[in-house]
Amino acid sequence: MADKTIYLDFEEPIYKLDTKIQELKSCCDDKLAKDFNKEIANLEKKTQKLLEETYTKLTPWQKVCVARHANRPHSIDYINALIENFMPLAGDKLFGEDEAIVGGLGFFNGQAVMVIGQEKGHDLESRIRHGFGMPKPEGYRKAKRLMELANHFNIPIISLVDTAGAFPGIEGEERGQAEAIASCIMEGFKMEVPYIAVVIGEGGSGGAIALATANRILMLEHSIYSVISPEGCASILWRDGSAVKKAATALHLTAQDLHKFGVVDEIIREPLGGAHRFRDETVKHAGDVIWKHLTELKKLSPADLAKDREEKFLAMSRIA
Amino acid sequence: MNWLLDYVRPKLSVAKTEKDVPDNLWDKCPQCDAMIYGQELAKNLYVCPHCGYHMYLRPRKRFRMLFDDEEYSYLEAPKVKEDPLNFKDTKDYRSKLKSAREKTKFDDAFVAAFGKMGGHGVVIGVMNFNFIGGSMGLAVGEGIVQAAQFAVERKVPLILVTASGGARMQEGILSLMQMARTTLAVKQLKDNHLPYIAVLTNPTTGGVSASFAMLGDITIAEPDALIAFAGARVIKETIKADLPAGFQKAEYLKKHGMVDMIVNRHDLREKLITLLNLLGNTYTKGE
Repeated sequence: MADKTIYLDFEEPIYKLDTKIQELKSCCDDKLAKDFNKEIANLEKKTQKLLEETYTKLTPWQKVCVARHANRPHSIDYINALIENFMPLAGDKLFGEDEAIVGGLGFFNGQAVMVIGQEKGHDLESRIRHGFGMPKPEGYRKAKRLMELANHFNIPIISLVDTAGAFPGIEGEERGQAEAIASCIMEGFKMEVPYIAVVIGEGGSGGAIALATANRILMLEHSIYSVISPEGCASILWRDGSAVKKAATALHLTAQDLHKFGVVDEIIREPLGGAHRFRDETVKHAGDVIWKHLTELKKLSPADLAKDREEKFLAMSRIA
Repeated sequence: MNWLLDYVRPKLSVAKTEKDVPDNLWDKCPQCDAMIYGQELAKNLYVCPHCGYHMYLRPRKRFRMLFDDEEYSYLEAPKVKEDPLNFKDTKDYRSKLKSAREKTKFDDAFVAAFGKMGGHGVVIGVMNFNFIGGSMGLAVGEGIVQAAQFAVERKVPLILVTASGGARMQEGILSLMQMARTTLAVKQLKDNHLPYIAVLTNPTTGGVSASFAMLGDITIAEPDALIAFAGARVIKETIKADLPAGFQKAEYLKKHGMVDMIVNRHDLREKLITLLNLLGNTYTKGE
């Protein structure tokens, strides 16, 4: 993960304050320390206020930027922090291994779980290795295989959604990207174990819903989930790639919007300033919320779990 | 099954026979540019008599072509929330819906009918590409769910004829959810061991291809149909290279193991009936 804080465009005032605080802290000599400390405390208060002002009213487009922030905790970070004895499992046993999807068995608070997550990587080398978090058909077929495995041994499934979308390319098309996604959606409905999907960053269209036909759909406070990227929507409907802000607003892609539509069951709060500033705290809190839902779902019988999922999706988008 | 409890039975209405008045006396084949007399084209099921190109076939014509004696009843279109996002781009979505309805005389991009094929009762659903590119929103998703439920209730097979650019983005996340809901619809057929046959026509892309279209027990494609997940333009921009000849066409998909057969429109009804005969002729275990 990147050590240096990366500031988003709209965070410029925060960046300026942070830089000033750093300067004061680094040039501090003992004589001036007292005055400086007071000044630093003042500035820190200001930063806090600014963060609050910014992050309590992020625009949809700003949320898109936060959801894609390079420092945001990714699937591997959740696995490392929440899962003990993680045993990564590779391959679709048909064609290959796609590291855009990481998955495996491990203990979550003592309960064996199957974790299936989309992983974007955090630097150039790992981004390439993880295919920039855009799964190919073999990735989705691997996810499907892991779901089957979990179901076979009565192990709950936690999926972590974080993708710009399924990989668009020749290999993807010739190996049946559409079929792979469709089958993954279908597989989710067949599960007779608790299945919880968490959108941790970017929920990009069909590539995301493949891992989200779950009993519970949770979203991080500043994550997004959309039928199309704001860029794609802007270029198709506005015929203007720069209309991304308008498109982001029109698409209603924030966690808050989706909660209103009844698509998302619970929004997982992020510390003020976003998950990318407070990574450990975010992941830990997300773990608590996932655990709460898992505990509830474990009370349902296998047949009821499948029924619960079907009813949830059938009711979705119907007139009340 | 429990999920049928809140099922609202779609009303059937008898399809009125309408006279086909070709919009233009002459049509031009988009592939070979040949000028074809409108009535000749209709008689040839909108397949170019010169080059064999399969042009778009509107739902009514598709139903008439497939059902026995051209007889069928429409399933009533489902009631869904209109314009759930209050969506507006350069034009507002409601006005797009209105003009699509005026143009096509259908409520939305999916219509289903019940009738017989080779004597078998069957539900056929057809996507209307002329209605906002056949895109899938609430109405299409719910239409497919109800068509599947109707088929399960009558214990008859389901045939879905696809033609769609993908999800209807003006309905945002709710259109994406239709990928899950239509998958669930065809799962009901599978759970009840009733055949679901997908007939993929030009074009079938995006969220429609990545859900129910690719989940048929049998998958048929019309010749030369574009069947894709990602758009060719997007792929080209991503890889910055030319695409192979025939990329994402029905023949390419068959070669890569994604469709069972490619069937000329003239043979489609007969092939479907044979399949229904075969899939319906199951033996009783132990006899």
